[in-house]
Amino acid sequence: MTRPTAARRSTIDRTQTRAAWILILPFLIVFLLAFIVPLGYAAYLSGFTSQLVGGEVFSGLTNYTRALQDPQFYAGLSRVALFLFVQVPIMLIAALALALALDTGRVRASKAARLLIFLPYAIPSVVATLMWGYLYGNDFGLITQLFELIGLPGPDLLDKSNIVGSTMNIVCWEFIGYNMIILYAALRVIPTELYEAAEIDGANQFRIAWSIKIPAIRQALILTVIFSIIGSFQLFNEPNLLYNIAPNSVGTDFSPNLYAYNIAFKNQDVNYAAAIAFLLGIVIVIISIVVQSVVNRRERNS
Amino acid sequence: MTRTRKAMVLGAAALVSALTLAGCSPAAQNDDSSNATTYTQDEIDKALSTPTELTFWTWVPDVQKEVDLFEAKYPNIKVTVVNTTGGTQQYPKLRAAIKAGEGAPDVAQIEYQYLSSFRQTGSLSDLTQFGADEHKSDYVDWIWNQVADDKGVWAVPQDSGPMGNLYRTDIWAAAGLEGPPSTWDEFAEQAAEIRSKTDSYIADLPGNDPGQMMGLFWQAGAKPFSYDGDKTVSINLNSPEATKVVAFWQDLIQKDLVATDPDFADEWYQGLARGKYASWQVAAWGPLFLQGTAKDTSGLWNAAKLPQWNAGEDVSGNWGGSTDAVLAGSDNQIAAYELAKFINTDEESALLLANDQFLFPTTTATLKNPDFVDQESEFYGGQKVNEFFAGVSTTVDKDFQWLPFMDFVYSSYNETVGAAISDKADMVSALDDWQNAVQEYATQQGFTVQ
Repeated sequence: MTRPTAARRSTIDRTQTRAAWILILPFLIVFLLAFIVPLGYAAYLSGFTSQLVGGEVFSGLTNYTRALQDPQFYAGLSRVALFLFVQVPIMLIAALALALALDTGRVRASKAARLLIFLPYAIPSVVATLMWGYLYGNDFGLITQLFELIGLPGPDLLDKSNIVGSTMNIVCWEFIGYNMIILYAALRVIPTELYEAAEIDGANQFRIAWSIKIPAIRQALILTVIFSIIGSFQLFNEPNLLYNIAPNSVGTDFSPNLYAYNIAFKNQDVNYAAAIAFLLGIVIVIISIVVQSVVNRRERNS
Repeated sequence: MTRTRKAMVLGAAALVSALTLAGCSPAAQNDDSSNATTYTQDEIDKALSTPTELTFWTWVPDVQKEVDLFEAKYPNIKVTVVNTTGGTQQYPKLRAAIKAGEGAPDVAQIEYQYLSSFRQTGSLSDLTQFGADEHKSDYVDWIWNQVADDKGVWAVPQDSGPMGNLYRTDIWAAAGLEGPPSTWDEFAEQAAEIRSKTDSYIADLPGNDPGQMMGLFWQAGAKPFSYDGDKTVSINLNSPEATKVVAFWQDLIQKDLVATDPDFADEWYQGLARGKYASWQVAAWGPLFLQGTAKDTSGLWNAAKLPQWNAGEDVSGNWGGSTDAVLAGSDNQIAAYELAKFINTDEESALLLANDQFLFPTTTATLKNPDFVDQESEFYGGQKVNEFFAGVSTTVDKDFQWLPFMDFVYSSYNETVGAAISDKADMVSALDDWQNAVQEYATQQGFTVQ
């Protein structure tokens, strides 16, 4: 009695599976060519040691052990870790605050405000960095001139001790709007009956935000956190461009990505660069998994 | 001698191909040996009248003008110009293309200090086979030494950068000084005067410009590098001559008599335009660059010789300049060489490069051409700046070599000596750090360090 149904289900399954594979095929091809193949090639490269004289020799994990003992690699990692623990929270809290403020509907010209806040993300990071570099300028930059206007000496924002903070500021400026849009979109899908109910119960806007809105956009928040983690570890454009403005403050190892780039193209050591890139990838995967599992555990507990 | 060898090789090739026809032996081995000989005029003429397509990588703005002249003279040769925007952008691409074995150009612009790096990988054609060595006397001698050695000629010189001292006459007058410093000792004395009597620094020493520092080393008679074209290098960055230069500037920097802003950056452009720096120790390409950057100060500048280490001497160094090299992988060697040669030595083309693109010339002919040297520059108070630097070019030390990995040497400079400059820290010990870093890299890359 059950046999005919099972047979029918399996033919449906089969045609469906085939359709699914065909639909997914374009993606798979691109994924394979643009992601898996280069990744495999990088892994292959990282197994060799190359010399300008003598060429390439297979060297197993030598590049990895070298990277694990490389103080410049750790210096870059610790700088992006600083980004993770300082810049990411500042950026996300600001984005959340703006999204909540816009969502209350009490902001005038909220459409224009949304656009203005989002605008920096639409500006290429190259332009943004050059612009900020100009503002930071020690003698003739706008910030210095403002300080001098009120009779204070201008801070040297491109100095070695300030460059990390100055870079964080640029990254915040670029990505607050982007994160704000993700969170704002998530806020818009919350059913408004919940707010009405809460208001009837006497909750004010802060209470609504804290007890309804934030828990409701939890998934979106997690998404922005994960994106930001990956983003900070992949920091490259901003320090690479700031290098032209403040070469001695930024250095070649500001972030692990910049370090790998400089090793590949200035030191001409593609193999070691591949190993650094792989190690960085592993670090990102581990941290992303840790964050997700912490979040999931909390979710299960609550 | 070479002609006869060529004949013999041709004869041998004919014999081998006869044998191949008879089915006796393969004919492939002779290609390499024929490369080492000189081409005959007939072969060159034939190559230039055969329809050929060339690719030319360069970052000279509007070089199409010179290429058009070449194409007008050799209508069968089509040249595709690829503007690579700059050396830093071009070299990685060029290396990748060479490694991949395809996509590399026939002719590429390469700066003097990077020629060794492409020689080391066997990527440059020895231009002796086209008779390039016969043109030795057409060039200023130190420039020729930059492209040729006893093993071959590796590129055609394009432009050069003999160094002088551009200074603001008004600031000098405001400080009550008679004229520009003739020695570095005098430079130090004037630095103090200018700092105390005006709002300016006498100069800026950027922590990001190893090229300028190399020029100053060059003038001081330092020989930091040598390379035998194969595997042996010598590295002597902390020699007494180089240490003297670094210690001199360190003293001025620590007394706050010299600024330390990174050059070719916003703040520095402003500094030049607004008189933060009263002078600039720069190459012959500097005057025109400055004219564009500091328009409002027209008429206030003057060009002088670099201060000397010993009174009465007249020595300069070089900063910058580049060449056009023929890639060994090019299938159109003869045409490629003719392109490189034509652009830089044809009278009209060379004058165009000098006057329109402001590339400071390398051939004695252009350096004497009245259309070039007789120009009076309003920006420099009517001084004939080209003629002045043409004179400086004859005083550049003739023997200065580079390492086959200057990318690393320069980026390492920024991290050692450059960082010390920007931190106003101990530059002399940073010089030792630089020496050690470069030495370590050379050893790690398999070079024999002497």
